[in-house]
Amino acid sequence: MKKFIKDLSFRFNITEIEYQRKNLAFVSVDKESVMQMLSYLRDTEGFSHFVLMTAVDWIEDGIFQLTYILNNPTKKIDLAIRIKILRENAEMYSAHHLWNQVATYQRELKEMFGINFPGSPRVNESFLLEGWDNIPPMRRDFDTKKYSEETYFPRPGRGTNDPAQHMKIKLYPNE
Amino acid sequence: MKETDIHDKFLHEENKKREVIAPDGSIIEIDPLQDYFCDARPQINEPFKIKVIEKFLNWARAESIWVLGFGTGCGSIEIPPLVTPRFDAFRYGVQMRATPRQSNAFIISGYLSVKTLKRVIRSYEQMQSPKYVIALGSCTINGGMYWDSYNTINRLDHYLPVDVYIAGCMPRPEALLAGFMKLKELIKAGKAEKANEYIENLDWYKANQKKIIRDWNMPDYNW
Repeated sequence: MKKFIKDLSFRFNITEIEYQRKNLAFVSVDKESVMQMLSYLRDTEGFSHFVLMTAVDWIEDGIFQLTYILNNPTKKIDLAIRIKILRENAEMYSAHHLWNQVATYQRELKEMFGINFPGSPRVNESFLLEGWDNIPPMRRDFDTKKYSEETYFPRPGRGTNDPAQHMKIKLYPNE
Repeated sequence: MKETDIHDKFLHEENKKREVIAPDGSIIEIDPLQDYFCDARPQINEPFKIKVIEKFLNWARAESIWVLGFGTGCGSIEIPPLVTPRFDAFRYGVQMRATPRQSNAFIISGYLSVKTLKRVIRSYEQMQSPKYVIALGSCTINGGMYWDSYNTINRLDHYLPVDVYIAGCMPRPEALLAGFMKLKELIKAGKAEKANEYIENLDWYKANQKKIIRDWNMPDYNW
């Protein structure tokens, strides 16, 4: 694994390497080289299986961190590629031409985080949130509790008692 | 944005107003929401005038509960053991049916996302009266573990009339059977009249439903 990452770092500008397990490593690259790297890994290195793609909202730094996880079924190793994109007008190159299922992940990221993937098929169609008119709900500045209370008629009665006080009133009401 | 604009924005292509050529060659304008669906308000299902016959009818209704096979949340996993030999709901006259037109009981099994609620409302309104709703699990009562979620409703009784609640997360099939027994008791006593309450308070229910279903692209009451 280490040798493979070393070889890879000669080809691409890898800024950060993190070995999670013997067969799983996380590498960070810049936004421009990630498409080239994905094609190289798929076509030359045998990472034919696309495992998943996800995003993390680092609101304090103003960035989204995207993670692509690839699997090599013959060598049985996983490689995760992390990139950082700006949070404002977040946009990323679409990778749906490499694996068809990427389009579904991209559609979900567009809906839940508001990251745009121009050219990805059906990316603007809603997945779960039909007719959503608020900010994307997985962004950390979206207050889900406040939204739920305003929208979904919360049932009153989620109160809590101090046990000592409660038992005192219950057992010795006259004191 | 005005309500009509929102309505048009989410309207499906086949439901938009358009001009079509009739078989005789003339061009006619159709508005599917007006022309394809009945827009009459639903009628209250009055009890039969002779009490003995109404009692007999209620007994008959209680003994034939046909459940719509529509699992909305995680609770739908409790229904397969219920209708298979281990718990065997059929011995109580409870059986599953595939379409809303052929069933009269609706189990809301667990949490309801807004997207599912839209389908649930359409299915519920297609069911024939008298019809009953059984709410299964805590999520239908107060939201359960999804009480602060952005996409699951908290109280089912604001959107659909509920006859029987079954609390728990998840209730076991025995609890569901007990719920069916309770429903049968209510029907036999003539107290399972929630479908009529829904029709009486239709405006309130519709306002609540439209508050959260923003892409309301269907007729108000459609069957």
